[in-house]
Amino acid sequence: MTRIAAWAIGALALVVALAIVGPAFAPADPVAIGEVVGTRLLAPLATDATGHWHVLGTDRFGRDLFFRMLVAGRVSLLVGVIGSVAAAVLGLAIGALAGWSRGAVDTVAMAAADTMLAVPRLVLLLVCAALWRPGTATVIVVLAATGWMGIARLIRGEVLGLAARPFVSAAEALGARPRRILWRHVVPNAVGPLLVATTLGVGNAMLLESGLSFLGLGVQPPAPSWGNMIAGGRDLIVVAPWVSLAPGIALVLTVLCCTLLGDALDARLRGEQHAGVRELSARGA
Amino acid sequence: MPHLLRRLAGALVLVWLVVTLTFILVRAAPGDAAQLLVPPGASASDEAKLRAEFGLDAPVAVQYARWVGGALMGNFGESFSQRRPVRAVIADALPVSLGLGVVSLALTYLLGVAIGLVQAARRGALDSAITIATTAVYAAPSFWLGLAAIALATHGAATLGLPAALRLPAFGLRSAASDATGVDALVDLIRHAILPVAVLAAIGAAGVARYTRASAVALWSLDWVRTARAKGASRTRVQWRHVLANALPPLVILFALALPGVVAGSVFVESVFAWPGMGRALVQAIAARDTPVVLGCTVAYAALVIVANLAVDLVLPQLDPRRR
Repeated sequence: MTRIAAWAIGALALVVALAIVGPAFAPADPVAIGEVVGTRLLAPLATDATGHWHVLGTDRFGRDLFFRMLVAGRVSLLVGVIGSVAAAVLGLAIGALAGWSRGAVDTVAMAAADTMLAVPRLVLLLVCAALWRPGTATVIVVLAATGWMGIARLIRGEVLGLAARPFVSAAEALGARPRRILWRHVVPNAVGPLLVATTLGVGNAMLLESGLSFLGLGVQPPAPSWGNMIAGGRDLIVVAPWVSLAPGIALVLTVLCCTLLGDALDARLRGEQHAGVRELSARGA
Repeated sequence: MPHLLRRLAGALVLVWLVVTLTFILVRAAPGDAAQLLVPPGASASDEAKLRAEFGLDAPVAVQYARWVGGALMGNFGESFSQRRPVRAVIADALPVSLGLGVVSLALTYLLGVAIGLVQAARRGALDSAITIATTAVYAAPSFWLGLAAIALATHGAATLGLPAALRLPAFGLRSAASDATGVDALVDLIRHAILPVAVLAAIGAAGVARYTRASAVALWSLDWVRTARAKGASRTRVQWRHVLANALPPLVILFALALPGVVAGSVFVESVFAWPGMGRALVQAIAARDTPVVLGCTVAYAALVIVANLAVDLVLPQLDPRRR
């Protein structure tokens, strides 16, 4: 499994590097619309009227799909990583406080988590994205607001288990304050499952972002994301299938790498920490 | 029996909490229905009149009581865009989504469990290859797979010169202007269902196969499996009587938990294949800023999840004596 993980890390690094560096080499701005008539809907590997060569062809406005895909990758990766890390931080904070303080705080936090878990995450995302103004920032906020529950329950369970361990009594006996024990002794021991859940969460967040953008509720054009690029080729699927297929392949590859990496981390940690993280990765789109 | 009652009460409380959550979401969002529906150029008094008509001028507590009381009775008000009760909108759309979801889920399980068990029984190159394949399918967005399937079944099938039987219809429940009845109508419906069901089942089966493989691999390495083999039980017998029997209870949990997920996941598939189900109703309501339908669908989805969870609690003890 480690060889697969190495490949996944390598492929992810390549995708990130291409997304960061690649657009600098674009012959024309992949977001702005320029000369349309001679350049639109060129098939992959075609050369346009101005002599530019397009590896993946062009979209309906004559924009190069390869470079557009790289710019979109920046947006999709950023939204996926920030959304999933924010959800993990929120879940960590809520779960740790609930498990540590127990009592009323715990009851309220878990009731909130159960309520939000009762609505399929996708539906919750759609409703929030519909009620607020759609856009990249909204997507990130909504991903965090709808992604914390599973992680909070996971961390709460870990904290409850760890609180009974002798090293906590030892820290207490040495006079450490409860807050210090929680954040310096208990939480660091719960980080393993959190890491796995966050890694799997990045891929899931990217899928959800693409889904929202596909429905027009996520990243708004002209800013490209893989989801709205797929949507852009939706009605061209019969005449110019490459417009939708290329960004989809990029998305599948990236999410696949995140999942393989999460699986490998999970398998690595399973020996020392208990399993069950996989159930968290309830799929998005 | 007290356990059952407690679970039932818990489920009801959860429904109430979800209804409350939807109320909070709408209150927290900018703007209200009156602002949204008032025609451009209308006076402030017109807007106030509309607000009074929707009962939005009442104190928050009264609005909340009205919303919760109505929602618990299954009354979510009237759709803004369709001018009919939300309940009727949901009653039309839910059977389509449930049908699509149940058929896909049944296929999902048949395929997924079989693939996972085969992988766990014969580890090696094939197992690794299937793992990567299932993970890749699981990583694919359903709307993208749907578009790819449409391209393949329409343009692709025509380009490759495939027989007409393989050129599947890509949109809707039945052929436009079709007056077929009986068997012909059924065949027409099935032909329309193949692509959306295939997309949902492929993604679901990939997930179930991943899960089944993981739990079956763990089971194969346990002591009592080794003991059964040592006592002379064949691999086939161990596979069915020991591995599958123990892998089943978690799969039942996953089945019930997956049903709402599949129904919700069909938002995209319904949208791509133009199926008149809940997902499409929700997406159209969102586009039309039709808040009552959006909230009604949300509560309906949540009710589905809560019922599924309840069903798991009732069925699981039957399958796993340790949980009685």
